[in-house]
Amino acid sequence: MDERFEYRPMNGRLLALAAIGALLLGGLAARDGDRRVVTDSAGRHVEIPARVERVFAAGAPASVAVYVVAPETLLGWALPLSESQRAYLTPQAADLQLRGRLTGRSNTASLESVIATRPDLIVDVGEVDDTYVSLADQVQRQTGIPYLIVAGRLDRTPQMLATLGDWLGRPERGRELSERAEAILADLRAGIAEISPDRRPRVYLARGPSGLETSLSGSINAELIELLGATNVAETTPATGNPQVSIEQILHWSPDVILALDPRFVAAIRDDAAWRSVPAVRNGRVYLAPELPFGWIDAPPSVNRLLGARWAAGVLYRDRFSDDIRPLVRDFFSRFYHVELDPERLGRLLDSIHGH
Amino acid sequence: MSRSESSWRFAPLWGALALLGLAFVSLSLGRLGIDPGEVLAVSLRRLAGDFTEAPSRAEIVLWNVRLPRVLAAVSVGAALSAAGAAYQGLFHNPLAAPDVLGVSAGASLGAMLGLFFSLPVAAVQGLAFAGGLSAVAVVQAIAALVRQRDPALVLVLAGVAVSSLCGATISLIKLLADPYTQLPTMTYWMLGSLGAVTLHDLTVTMPALVAGVVVMTLLRWRLTVLSFGDEDARAVGLDVAWLRGVFIAAATLVTAAAVSISGVIGWIGLVIPHVARLVAGPDFSRLLPVALLLGGAFLLVVDTLARSVMDIEIPLGILTAVVGAPFFLFLLARGERGW
Repeated sequence: MDERFEYRPMNGRLLALAAIGALLLGGLAARDGDRRVVTDSAGRHVEIPARVERVFAAGAPASVAVYVVAPETLLGWALPLSESQRAYLTPQAADLQLRGRLTGRSNTASLESVIATRPDLIVDVGEVDDTYVSLADQVQRQTGIPYLIVAGRLDRTPQMLATLGDWLGRPERGRELSERAEAILADLRAGIAEISPDRRPRVYLARGPSGLETSLSGSINAELIELLGATNVAETTPATGNPQVSIEQILHWSPDVILALDPRFVAAIRDDAAWRSVPAVRNGRVYLAPELPFGWIDAPPSVNRLLGARWAAGVLYRDRFSDDIRPLVRDFFSRFYHVELDPERLGRLLDSIHGH
Repeated sequence: MSRSESSWRFAPLWGALALLGLAFVSLSLGRLGIDPGEVLAVSLRRLAGDFTEAPSRAEIVLWNVRLPRVLAAVSVGAALSAAGAAYQGLFHNPLAAPDVLGVSAGASLGAMLGLFFSLPVAAVQGLAFAGGLSAVAVVQAIAALVRQRDPALVLVLAGVAVSSLCGATISLIKLLADPYTQLPTMTYWMLGSLGAVTLHDLTVTMPALVAGVVVMTLLRWRLTVLSFGDEDARAVGLDVAWLRGVFIAAATLVTAAAVSISGVIGWIGLVIPHVARLVAGPDFSRLLPVALLLGGAFLLVVDTLARSVMDIEIPLGILTAVVGAPFFLFLLARGERGW
């Protein structure tokens, strides 16, 4: 990186602090004064400040991940938040502005507005492919702000949390969250390994008010289904994306379970003869995913899905994952979302689960 | 015209029969294999009012899934095509489409607002219908205020302005929408789909569709005169302003009703009227039935492809252009009749 980084005067004390911080930090990263070089998930070598205080999240998954690891560094949200979502976040985070997004579904943040927030770092969490890599390179070149990509696949969540902890100057916290995430995933893997293949359901992920949008099996938006050892019925080539499908195709797929993201869909299918011919609907196995403070299955595809995976395991494999989910929910909200749930709020949160 | 009047009298009848045959073929096609014999058996049993047997899966698919889509495709296609034919005559403009006065943009804005606030599907449809009517009402009001210029031109220009205002607001809503849950639904709405249409949707929208088409049918001779130019129409004693207002109301009503259940489907309202004109000539009393039949048949074919070719649905807005454009260019290259 060149001297274009020096757009912001740093005072001496901060420099000294940063230098001490840099000296104290362990790890593989090469250091040069108050800056160090890290390698991101795309293999890009990027020079970042050793002390990171202001982080611009490039997309909704990154917003959530940065909030989880280092909420005080988050400059704003890349996704619009409703009042009910804000109620389950820290007051400081709930007050943060919508900053728009640089990646993902249609970018909305202008580079000028990104620069205006004076970030130390731009972080993107998600799929690592040529498009996102070239975007990162381009934004970094244009703004002079280091831009890091970290792989956001669900099974890589522990690594993602540890990496972010390192970059954002919270290595301890990153490690702690990483271990907790690994424990949740290990518990799921162990439980699922005991379930014979013929008892694993075929699942349809219903999106949108009509339930006729879905996520194909290769999509990051549906990977929770395969992580749980179940089959996503929407297996087509090309296998990524979130297309529309016809109800007739769903009848053809004949899913055992429907995971739904939209309450309007769950309400609408009760009186619909065509939907009632789908085994999942006939057998009452349609489950509406909780959506607070972030979607439990998707929306956005980030750390929030860890808790969703355990919830979904409970509805897919009722016998094996029959223990009460509430202690885990309370613990997850406390550790990951920095929010202590009192019994009343926990109850309201879970109402949406038991209501269907 | 080389064809005799008597052969024209029965043309709509033959066309309607052909459309019926096409509908039967469409009913037999889909992701689930149902053989035509069963389609026929179920249809006959239902038509005879026999509901005693518990419906089989094939019967549910035919009656609750395919039939609403077939009916919706035919009526939406017919409505858009008829509205386009009316507008093209009304504005003496071959590039006029049903959305020239802002009805699609207004309907889209209504639907986007409904989706943004996560309203029930029926409310989204209602807002789309109301939005379409309101946009055209605003355009009409502007035209009524600006009197000193060519009224048809003022209408079209006001339509362009109102459409882009609606478009800008839609873009703003999309910026603020949730990118994972709301935005895909919005995008699919703008590309058009009949995947979620129910028989109930049809019974709600059908009165508006039928009313608009009946008005156009009753006034078909007058539109023919009007399409020759305002001066000619006045010379034979027609109240041009009144007539234009009535036709705009009728065309807007059918378009808004159609779009409210299908989302935006481009191309049909612009191009099918031209194909109809290649077949029937410029006389609106011949053009209207041909445009209705061709529009209905075209969208029926396109929607059948959309729902049966692949595992996933192909958005109608994409297919209408991909199927329609080459076909239209072919006709254009062959046709000698001008308009």
